Amino acid sequence: MGPCEPGVRRADLGAVHWCVLPFRVLLVLTSHRGIQMYESNGNTMVYWHALDSGDASPVQAVFARGIAASGHFISVGTWSGRVLVFDIPVKGPNIVLSEELAGHQTPITDIATEPAQGQDCVADMVTADDSGLLCVWRSGPEFTLLTRIPGFGVPCPSVKLWQGIIAAGYGNGQVHLYEATTGNLHVQINAHARAICALDLAPEVGKLLSAGEDTFVHIWKLSRSPESGYIEVSPLP
Amino acid sequence: MSVRTLPLLFLNLGGEMLYILDQRLRAQNIPGDKARKDEWTEVDRKRVLNDIISTMFNRKFMEELFKPQELYSKKALRTVYERLAHASIMKLNQASMDKLYDLMTMAFKYQVLLCPRPKDVLLVTFNHLDTIKGFIQDSPTILQQVDETFRQLTEIYGGLSAGEFQLIRQTLLIFFQDLHIRVSMFLKDKVQNNNGHFVLPVSGPVPWGTEVPGLIRMFNNKGEEVKRIEFKHGGNYVPAPKEGSFELYGDRVLKLGTNMYSVNRPVETRMSGSSKNLASRTQESIAPNPLAKEELNFLARLMGGMEIKKPSGPEPGFRLNLFTTDEEEEQAALTRSEELSYEVINIQATQDQQRSKELAQIMGEFEIMEQPRLSTSKGDDLLAMMDEL
Repeated sequence: MGPCEPGVRRADLGAVHWCVLPFRVLLVLTSHRGIQMYESNGNTMVYWHALDSGDASPVQAVFARGIAASGHFISVGTWSGRVLVFDIPVKGPNIVLSEELAGHQTPITDIATEPAQGQDCVADMVTADDSGLLCVWRSGPEFTLLTRIPGFGVPCPSVKLWQGIIAAGYGNGQVHLYEATTGNLHVQINAHARAICALDLAPEVGKLLSAGEDTFVHIWKLSRSPESGYIEVSPLP
Repeated sequence: MSVRTLPLLFLNLGGEMLYILDQRLRAQNIPGDKARKDEWTEVDRKRVLNDIISTMFNRKFMEELFKPQELYSKKALRTVYERLAHASIMKLNQASMDKLYDLMTMAFKYQVLLCPRPKDVLLVTFNHLDTIKGFIQDSPTILQQVDETFRQLTEIYGGLSAGEFQLIRQTLLIFFQDLHIRVSMFLKDKVQNNNGHFVLPVSGPVPWGTEVPGLIRMFNNKGEEVKRIEFKHGGNYVPAPKEGSFELYGDRVLKLGTNMYSVNRPVETRMSGSSKNLASRTQESIAPNPLAKEELNFLARLMGGMEIKKPSGPEPGFRLNLFTTDEEEEQAALTRSEELSYEVINIQATQDQQRSKELAQIMGEFEIMEQPRLSTSKGDDLLAMMDEL
């Protein structure tokens, strides 16, 4: 199922993501050649953005990585650290590159979004990179950088956003939970003995899943303390 | 994919090749005075290792190797090792060369998989180089070549970030994907299952820079710890004792990449078992490979940098058998299934008279004194193909 362009080696396919927008669903693929967007039937390509490798040195790998949708925007991360924001119309192929977000200096690893909670000044997108730096954004006709959470020497391969809580998995096996509005670290879990491969979140029940290269999968229950409002977590057996 | 992966892949595979050849040659060691003309002696063994190592670490060759480039196919790389293995008086039949390459690739795949940190692949490389230096202790010129390569590795990889090493790791693992040849030593040690997959340990020291799993810490707005919970992780991990050394000399701490072969441990590979998995294996594409021309160029550049010493006069070449008997070797050649054989690359390159002349010349320089009983050499095969262009 799905088109396979001749000449695209299997190893070059970076990521695939269903982008669920309010009015349509698009299938987005990234590879070393660029970013491709298809209608949800997987057959009609509506957009192709070739990656600009202009600044890259010969030793630099050129690729796109990290895909997320928020509102009527689709954001895709790149090797340079820049995040490309595409404005998606209700239907048709008239997709435009609306913004290039600067904030990262190393390759983007992952992007997480959640629907805005309805009030102002609410973060609805987090971008992560190879140095472990996290950038917290508010989406809009112009994206606003709300806060930055520095890394500590290891990549952050996976990040999730839920009810104002940022969950970040790191290359040293730790999972950190941050308050999105302040950027403060509230929970630090020594979760895995190897790098974290992926995080996933079940939004209705607030359960976070972490998978690591140590062959283990853990599930965590996220919550807020009734007294302080601080983020809390409990491991599920 | 990372364009800095080839030197690491080549040096580690080369190291494994030398471990295996050293073990096989020692196993067939005959005291010098008692040896017949076609039997291996200690002197022969040292000579073979010296020849191969000096060819491998030749400056021109290393220069080509360290240029930023994509990884090519397993088949393309095998051609380079076959040429390397024949850099001396030693000869290998197809079946033995196949077995050698299988052992080399599975060993390094194991080492990459089990590296605690992505950066530890550099320590694995240093382990190989340390042991290689042990093989050529009596040859100061070759020792210098190896030290020079060491310095190059440190210069290029010493400053890479964790993220860049992670990309290198992924590039290597993709190269080894779907390779599930069973190796008797791994099976006996229970680090490999019967289906050819490696066993990932869930105990032992954590990587340097990682905490032992099992602790949750919670903080308030001021960054003060307000609560602690411990949980059962499921594994049995202990803290890392110390970090391995990345200096020219030092304790690497990591054992991956050290010589796991000893004289009395013949290593078998089992092809028949893995054929059960063939139905689920992705069929290798038989369509013309769009990268074929690049692969050919890559081979030409790499092998152009290889300087094979030509023997001064006619010398007998010795055949090394990686199997226990000649009959076993013949049997292995016959029963090796189609999909797992390493055919010579089928290249449909464009007409390029000058190029093919250059390539023919490079291949011609590799002509090694052939034994009368060998009818063709690998060089002739490739050369013949060039002529057909």
